[in-house]
Amino acid sequence: MEIVYNGTKDTRMFNATIFETIDALMKEDEKVVWLDADLMSCSGTAKGQGERYINCGIAEANMIGIAGGLSASGMKPYAHSFGTFSSRRAFDQAFLAAGYAGNPITIFGTDPGVTAAFNGGTHMPFEDMALYRALPEATVFDITDIPMLIDVMKKAKDMPGVKYIRVPRKGSYQIYADGTSFTPGKGALVREGKDALIVASGIMVREALEAANTLAAEGIEAAVIDPITVKPLDEALIREWAEKTGTVVTAENHNKIGGLKSAVEDALIGMPLKFGYVAVEDVFGEVGPEDYLRKQFDLTPEHIVRVVKELKA
Amino acid sequence: MTKEQIKELEKFALEIRIATVECIKSRGFGHIGGSLSVADALAVLYGSVMNIDPSDPKKADRDKLVCSKGHAGPGVYATLALKGYFPYEKLKTLNQPGTDLPSHCDRKKTPGIDMTTGSLGQGTSTAVGLALGDKLQGRDCRTFLIVGDGECDEGQVWEAAMFTAAKKLTNLVWLIDWNKKQLDGYVKDILDPFDLQKKFEAFGFDAVTVDGHNVEKLYEALTKKPGDKPIAIILDTIKGKGVTGVEETVKNHSMNVGQDVFDSWLQELHEKQAAMNE
Repeated sequence: MEIVYNGTKDTRMFNATIFETIDALMKEDEKVVWLDADLMSCSGTAKGQGERYINCGIAEANMIGIAGGLSASGMKPYAHSFGTFSSRRAFDQAFLAAGYAGNPITIFGTDPGVTAAFNGGTHMPFEDMALYRALPEATVFDITDIPMLIDVMKKAKDMPGVKYIRVPRKGSYQIYADGTSFTPGKGALVREGKDALIVASGIMVREALEAANTLAAEGIEAAVIDPITVKPLDEALIREWAEKTGTVVTAENHNKIGGLKSAVEDALIGMPLKFGYVAVEDVFGEVGPEDYLRKQFDLTPEHIVRVVKELKA
Repeated sequence: MTKEQIKELEKFALEIRIATVECIKSRGFGHIGGSLSVADALAVLYGSVMNIDPSDPKKADRDKLVCSKGHAGPGVYATLALKGYFPYEKLKTLNQPGTDLPSHCDRKKTPGIDMTTGSLGQGTSTAVGLALGDKLQGRDCRTFLIVGDGECDEGQVWEAAMFTAAKKLTNLVWLIDWNKKQLDGYVKDILDPFDLQKKFEAFGFDAVTVDGHNVEKLYEALTKKPGDKPIAIILDTIKGKGVTGVEETVKNHSMNVGQDVFDSWLQELHEKQAAMNE
């Protein structure tokens, strides 16, 4: 897998990519349908033309239920709302109308964690991955960059089960080369290192790479793994590098309960190693600029460095 | 409808009631009240209205049924067994370990079940999705949705109702089983839905209230061609209809009685059947 991270921001926006990708998928597959809950202006899909762009209004539970029914009729639905609403607000529908009932659908939760920024704590999902991880047969993607979003949207179309895609709406740092192909359940070794392993997902992958650069300058070589899917987790890859390094730190834009930390801890049960984490400390979100929130919740390269160094001391 | 057709549907409804009681009797307890209240509607739907093929239960352009009050599973299973979707004897596996007939309808387990339901309110949205999917794929078929009156407590019902009318989904027909009771007692005491017909009219439906135990009136309402508005049929029903001991029990949502009581219920139904066949 080609890593192209060079420290500069990608000029492309996630929401514009969502629209371009879904529009292309609609053209190649007449079963594709996009559902939104009065947030088409946010998901980038307001420009969408035709009867397969469906605005369900502010009724997320109904939207996910409709998606389940559409799936049963043979369609391939993608449904979007902010992460708070497409997880908490519609979880029973995702569980029953889609998951339990055997109706594959793809659910978008935008504005994950601190990227909700000025919408504040009411709109700040730190628990969405925990919920969807607990749904049998679900796949949970924490999107890292634009190439990953494009490929995941294409792959999700014909995958079974509930696919939950948490993705910011705005910009990102490009980590993977354009056209990279990802496999659900297969993690990406983004950086090699012999002294520690940082398992990071979503917006924290870039933070982990920056932390690894800082650590390298201090003589600690840290490997970085992006799991791509927090569920199913690439346990084999993580265990392999955990064994090689003996020190594991997770980094996620999510509550420490139920997300990446929990998944990795489960994968490492029984292994003799040092373990640390960077995650939200089981508190509610709050309003503010994203850079303020990253510091407020310790989701920074500096904190990752601190945790790794404490374990290595 | 001819008198013969009416009589055939009335006989079918009675067979559904007998099969429902036998199904629940096999386990000793179950959701009897709300299964019996919709027996006539099920008889008309599966006996004459719906375009179905029991030998091909997944046929894409079939008419579909979503029993959103998923606890009426035994009533639906009885209907499906009588239509030949699966052997009649299977009814006696209700809620047994490993069964294909769980309390609540499950599309993955039971041939002929078009949608999984059980978390009340949810079948309304999935029925919308089925009807919308059929419309987008140009299929000439309809989806029939059965909703409980107690189920109308759920806000999701009204989200789905608003969507149905706003998007002019006239290939979706709503049937609201107005049997006046829910688990804890009478709906008017627990959370009064007030005038359901007026509510559906206000939500943009062509709504009508019919005697839910009159097969002729049901047929008329279910075969009416919709105009611009989707059709909602309020079924004026009695919870437990057809079995005196169930009708007379206030809390008849789910009943747990001895085999002798089940036998007395079946005796009553068989006597009605004998009288009907004379």
